Amino acid sequence: MGMPASAAARRVPRWLSRAWAPALAAAGLAAAVLVPRYGLLSPYHEYVLMIIGINIILTASLNLVNGFMGEFAVGHAGFMAVGAYVSSILSVRVLPREWGAYAFAPALAGGGLAAGVVALLVAIPSFRTRGDYLAIVTLALNMIVKSVIENIEAIGGPRGFFGMERYTNLAWVYAATLGTLWIIRNFVYSNYGRGVLSIREDEVAAELVGVNTRQVKIQAFILSAFFAGIAGGLFAHLLQYIHPRNFDIVRSTEILIMLYLGGIGSIAGSILGASLFTIMLEALRFLGIWRMVLAPLLLVVLMLLRPTGIMGLKEFSLFVPANERALRRKARAGKEGAARATGN
Amino acid sequence: MQFWLQQTLNALQLGSIYALIALGYTMVYGIIRLINFAHGDIFMVGAFLGLYAAARLQLPLVLTLLFSMLCTATLGVLIERAAYKPLRNAPRVSAVITALGVGLFLEHFVLATVGAEPRLFPLLVNLDVYVLPGGLVANSIHVLIFAVALVLMLALDWFVRRTLTGMAMRAISYDRTIVPLMGISVDRIISLTFAIGSSLAAAGGILFGQAYPIIEPYMGVLVGWKAFVAAVVGGIGNIRGAMLGAYILAMVEIFVAAVLPSTYRDFVAFSLLLLLLVFRPTGILGRVTAQKV
Repeated sequence: MGMPASAAARRVPRWLSRAWAPALAAAGLAAAVLVPRYGLLSPYHEYVLMIIGINIILTASLNLVNGFMGEFAVGHAGFMAVGAYVSSILSVRVLPREWGAYAFAPALAGGGLAAGVVALLVAIPSFRTRGDYLAIVTLALNMIVKSVIENIEAIGGPRGFFGMERYTNLAWVYAATLGTLWIIRNFVYSNYGRGVLSIREDEVAAELVGVNTRQVKIQAFILSAFFAGIAGGLFAHLLQYIHPRNFDIVRSTEILIMLYLGGIGSIAGSILGASLFTIMLEALRFLGIWRMVLAPLLLVVLMLLRPTGIMGLKEFSLFVPANERALRRKARAGKEGAARATGN
Repeated sequence: MQFWLQQTLNALQLGSIYALIALGYTMVYGIIRLINFAHGDIFMVGAFLGLYAAARLQLPLVLTLLFSMLCTATLGVLIERAAYKPLRNAPRVSAVITALGVGLFLEHFVLATVGAEPRLFPLLVNLDVYVLPGGLVANSIHVLIFAVALVLMLALDWFVRRTLTGMAMRAISYDRTIVPLMGISVDRIISLTFAIGSSLAAAGGILFGQAYPIIEPYMGVLVGWKAFVAAVVGGIGNIRGAMLGAYILAMVEIFVAAVLPSTYRDFVAFSLLLLLLVFRPTGILGRVTAQKV
């Protein structure tokens, strides 16, 4: 029973199957450091790569709430704005000048934490009800954040904020993206994260088996906002100029589209969705203004053909922890065995 | 006092426009539980069709309204048939995403064909100014907007509450599985809902063009979202709630803009929305539905 599967797994020594994911990650990091140093890519391609990374972080973090938890948050750009502004203010005005590039990490973390705090403030009242009300609350939050920024003269108001050094580079984006995906993967497959999935499948049942649904929801929401804040910080230190309009509802819509294009509930979907969407928009640039006419049409057609997105719930095996894979194999083998025994 | 009355008049004007748009959101949500994110852009298309009818075809007011409402109703039904109907059995958010896609498409299609520069909407009535008792100043635009919005809203309310088709609509929003068993074509009712909602948005678009005569392809985004908020405040899915929510939102916005710098308008409006949702998550007139396990 299940012999072929486990035999195939045995052919690769265990240390190798354990080592190849970290090896891949390290190789990627090396590439992310070396490529800019030796100018292997044009600045434009490098920029697009960084935008893809930032978009992957945004999409994956929204995926935690919309995909894995089955809620419907729409205003992710609001958290991104908080992260962008707070990290920029930290790196330009608060942290000492002599820290130089070392100020970037604390600034980023500060931006992420600030976004998390804002998420906590709205999560407390808004997770009392389920359904489309989270959509409305997050939408309102996005508008409020934008409006507040526009009304604070000290940070430039509607004119925007600038003065950041260009700290964001390929290695930073790569590390942040990988870190985000790694944490989200481990969170979702942890014992605790099962609570998140159980809320998606059936909230009442989850509550009945002892999941503290309210607490799980709030914590997942905060984690999601934290990553969006990090993405905002990266974005701010890449463009070196941020503007409240960078973070309006249109930006939130984009994140939603990337998420659902790739497919909710899988990290692979977030990576694919964010990459494809970003690349598509860049590749269609020659169309000029008609690019933005064609891109949404393609999205609609794709959603009609594959309503669950490109990946659906399928996952790259890279993003499934080894013990989880073993569990699934066992479950599959058990099912096949049971089917054979009953003669189906 | 006179200042506040004047502001109330302005708020009623803005509220009438919000109400016409909010109705489309709330009807569609009530019947298929879809947040139709393309609706704000249908409002924008309605305004541009009105501009075409009024400026290019030189049609009078009533024909302009009819032209734009008919075209937009057709557009609404086409969008429903092409982009939402195939997804009726798919996960619910899939249709929300196609709605986002359709909205973006409409925005940029108008942008690409008409151009990005704001257009001046011609005035469709003679501008008469009336001084009411108490020093209140109204003009014929106010009268036009109140008249059109009132007629349309009363007609809709009558239609939904007093006709068989309206009853079918309410029945579908109450329980969609049982309605086909009564010999009602659900698809036809849903299409009709989209037609009505879209044509109301078009009327809202033309009235918007009368009150604030600059229109541009992105105008549907913010106004559309505000109307959506109005629908939520009133209790989404509830038609009278949408009208009520629209006037409340408009009052708040106008009064905030009258007291504070006008940039605080969105901030206060949306903060109030959040506060309201904390205390009444189903909106003012929304029903609390118990979840069956």
